[in-house]
Amino acid sequence: MESFEAFFSWLYSDHGINLTIGYDSYDRGRFLDGVWTTIKLSVLSILFSLIIGAVGAWVQGSPLRILRVFIGFFIAFFRNTPPLVQLYFFYFAVGTVLRVTGENGLPQPLVSNFGWAVISLSLFAGALNVEIFRSGIEAVPKSTIEASEALGFNRLQTYAYIVLPLAVRVALPSLGTNLVNLVKTTTLAYAIAVPEILYASAQIWSDELNVREMMNVLLLSYIGLVAILVWVLHRWEKALRIPGYGV
Amino acid sequence: MRASFYPKTRSTPPVKGALPVLLPYRSPQATQLSLHEKLFNGWTVLALMLGFAWIMVQQVWAQSGAAQQASVPDILLKWTPVLLKGFGFNVLISILSMAIGTVLGVGLGILQVSPVTATRRTAWLITQFFRNSPWLVLLFYCILLIPFEISVFGLDIPFPGWVKAVIGLSLPVMAYMSEYMRGAILSIPSGQWESADSLGFTRGQTMREVILPQTVKRLAPSWMNLYAVLTMATPLVSIVGVSDVMTLTRSALAAESRVDLLIPMYLYILSWFFIYCYPISRLTVRLERKFAVKL
Repeated sequence: MESFEAFFSWLYSDHGINLTIGYDSYDRGRFLDGVWTTIKLSVLSILFSLIIGAVGAWVQGSPLRILRVFIGFFIAFFRNTPPLVQLYFFYFAVGTVLRVTGENGLPQPLVSNFGWAVISLSLFAGALNVEIFRSGIEAVPKSTIEASEALGFNRLQTYAYIVLPLAVRVALPSLGTNLVNLVKTTTLAYAIAVPEILYASAQIWSDELNVREMMNVLLLSYIGLVAILVWVLHRWEKALRIPGYGV
Repeated sequence: MRASFYPKTRSTPPVKGALPVLLPYRSPQATQLSLHEKLFNGWTVLALMLGFAWIMVQQVWAQSGAAQQASVPDILLKWTPVLLKGFGFNVLISILSMAIGTVLGVGLGILQVSPVTATRRTAWLITQFFRNSPWLVLLFYCILLIPFEISVFGLDIPFPGWVKAVIGLSLPVMAYMSEYMRGAILSIPSGQWESADSLGFTRGQTMREVILPQTVKRLAPSWMNLYAVLTMATPLVSIVGVSDVMTLTRSALAAESRVDLLIPMYLYILSWFFIYCYPISRLTVRLERKFAVKL
């Protein structure tokens, strides 16, 4: 650790590259906390958006017309409005109205800014996931569904055991694109002061005036995070592959 | 009598046998739309959102019970001209970024299929780098690292914030466009290349006169979708300190400082973006269906 810090101090003193996260433990702590927050935010949003996608796609195939129209509205709204304004809407408008009386008698927000970021990002990515899952479901052959009906599966069972597993495989490439996009969109949480990487870096560069260095560190961190996600998705795709099905 | 319904111009002589026969009756409801299609349009959503906003407003308004306060629709109407200017600025930013991004992206996309390995690799690397970094980070990058003016031959070219924001937004557009371009070029059947070759076209000629015109049709849907995504990314410039519709909305809310105004105001802005982007995305879906590559 000593030589690690000495290296970054030398980089600053001899080459003018001021990477404070290398030799200053306080800045490093802030930055790593930011990385951890981004990871938490991404994982939770991915999880909830996948749930919204799967449930939404199931509801869209329901015989009730009102439910289908409702999901249609949900998708159209979240796909055609800016995610930043959605986030503002949730945090500043809905969050201000939704308050409970805390222990000290003062009104307190019901959901924290981190919570609102997760909700908003999940809904935004979930709306896209519904469409992606639906296109996957449409690719499942009709005869497969009929076969499962003949075996006595009900609608939910057919969906959960037959249709969804096949649809996920078909939808994986576009799902991957959307999830990568979601990880990139977590930067928006900066706007509502969630201490993720961008926020932590902005604090560091305002304190230490090393915009150039932190900016490059930031870009590389995001590319690293996206690379990890792409690698995981690739492994998943490989593990799920059924020989002879799909491409 | 006959001359009365024939065109009077002499250049088109009357067609022999063209009689005013009864045309088949066309039912006004020839195309039966499904309920889903009928209900599912921008206006219904707008009406629903306004209705929702109204319900929210009614409650809070009734609670406060202050009759002397201006009603929420009046306030929204009062701020509309200012906010519209901000929205127009967003649209301007999106158009400029799209223009720059498209030109650069098409060039980069062509370089991505270049026969020279080094060029191809470099173009691929640039594309992947900008495609996988967040829009907001690229925006910060451009805002903070581009100097506010550049002197060329004693001539000072100023770079105000919004120009830097346009550049920042055009970078991811460039990368996406480059990727679409590569896909479109690779999707052209190789027979096209071979026949152009056999006709004695050089590589540049083949690209310009045979391949690129055919890619336009395949690019159109993704290009439009990209434009919609870019338009929805323009509020990001408010975070980096360029005054746009979001900045104006927030200052309007601060000026009014009323809790019951928050939800209607944000929904109002959301509906503007919706009305602007929804037709584009519908058209994209239609074009995608029309231009779908049949295998």
